[in-house]
Amino acid sequence: MVSRFRKIIQAGWGILTNGYAAGFLPGGPTLYSGPLKHFCVPGMNCYSCPGALGACPIGAVQAILDGRHRGFPFYVLGYLAMAGLLAGRFICGWLCLFGLIQELLYRIPTPKIRVPDRADRILRYLKYVVLAVLVIGIPLVYRTELGLGVPAFCKYLCPVGTLEGGIPMAILQDSLRATLGALFRWKVFLLILCVLASVFIHRPFCKYICPLGALYSLFQKVSLVRMNVDTGVCIDCGACGEACPMNVVPCREPNSPECIRCGECTEVCPVKALSFRPAGKRKNCKEEMSG
Amino acid sequence: MKKEVPARVTVILLAIAAGCCVFGWMNGEAHAVFVKAASICLECIGLG
Ligand code: SF4
Ligand code: SF4
Repeated sequence: MVSRFRKIIQAGWGILTNGYAAGFLPGGPTLYSGPLKHFCVPGMNCYSCPGALGACPIGAVQAILDGRHRGFPFYVLGYLAMAGLLAGRFICGWLCLFGLIQELLYRIPTPKIRVPDRADRILRYLKYVVLAVLVIGIPLVYRTELGLGVPAFCKYLCPVGTLEGGIPMAILQDSLRATLGALFRWKVFLLILCVLASVFIHRPFCKYICPLGALYSLFQKVSLVRMNVDTGVCIDCGACGEACPMNVVPCREPNSPECIRCGECTEVCPVKALSFRPAGKRKNCKEEMSG
Repeated sequence: MKKEVPARVTVILLAIAAGCCVFGWMNGEAHAVFVKAASICLECIGLG
């Protein structure tokens, strides 16, 4: 039930934020350039997607992050902090089109891979490295000829840009198609890897690579939306941990940085001990167990 | 067991984040985002 409702919200949000139909007309006007492009959407969404109505927050951070010339990017980081504080990774579970695409790919009926726990734990740190080096470090040090930070994540890694921006643009614009080269081929290769991995592993990009997920995970324990474990009724059956697609054990760590607030665990709990609630409103709450 | 972060800390942080956002907006950062987002980003589409 939650799962179906969530899919509807994810799809609806994806369509709403990429609803600039004129952008998809071959040879027509390319990108939406109205006032909404002053605002970032909360999830990963390439602003070079022909239908995009808002800006991609990770692209915006890289474009503006140039310590020597523009100073601290107050607007975008303030916005991301607000989104993280209001909802944390609820955004990943409910308002990210690329998250939905990965989930749909995972539904393809094939044997699934469970990444061994140790490797999984280590790989999860990769997204923080991507955030620190490609999104913040390189744009801070290197500039384009226009004086903007070099968007290293967008340029060398982001499969979202290739899927939502690069490929549709190459199809729609003859002039762009003629100029595609090695960098485009590299990015298509990464996208294919990501698509294949998503068929066998649940949301591999979100778990291991996404810098936006990394950023929101930093706010998970202080965000307004939190998960509650009612210790008075929890019977420690372990069903929630088994149902969690992000390998979280919610009865032990209800506000884990990895939890995308999908609600699967609240559905399977036989005694309904898990629930979402605003910060400060807890009921027999067991806090995070150490370790 | 660890203590939960109190709700008032969240509210204070939210106020600071909102302040940053408004300050950046007044400094023209939203316009810089607009300029970047309203034209094709060559890096994003693999041409940069
Ligand atoms: S981790 Fe990134 S791609 Fe995944 S849902 Fe969150 S914002 Fe979207
Ligand atoms: S802990 Fe629950 S809400 Fe969080 S990702 Fe796992 S199943 Fe979804």
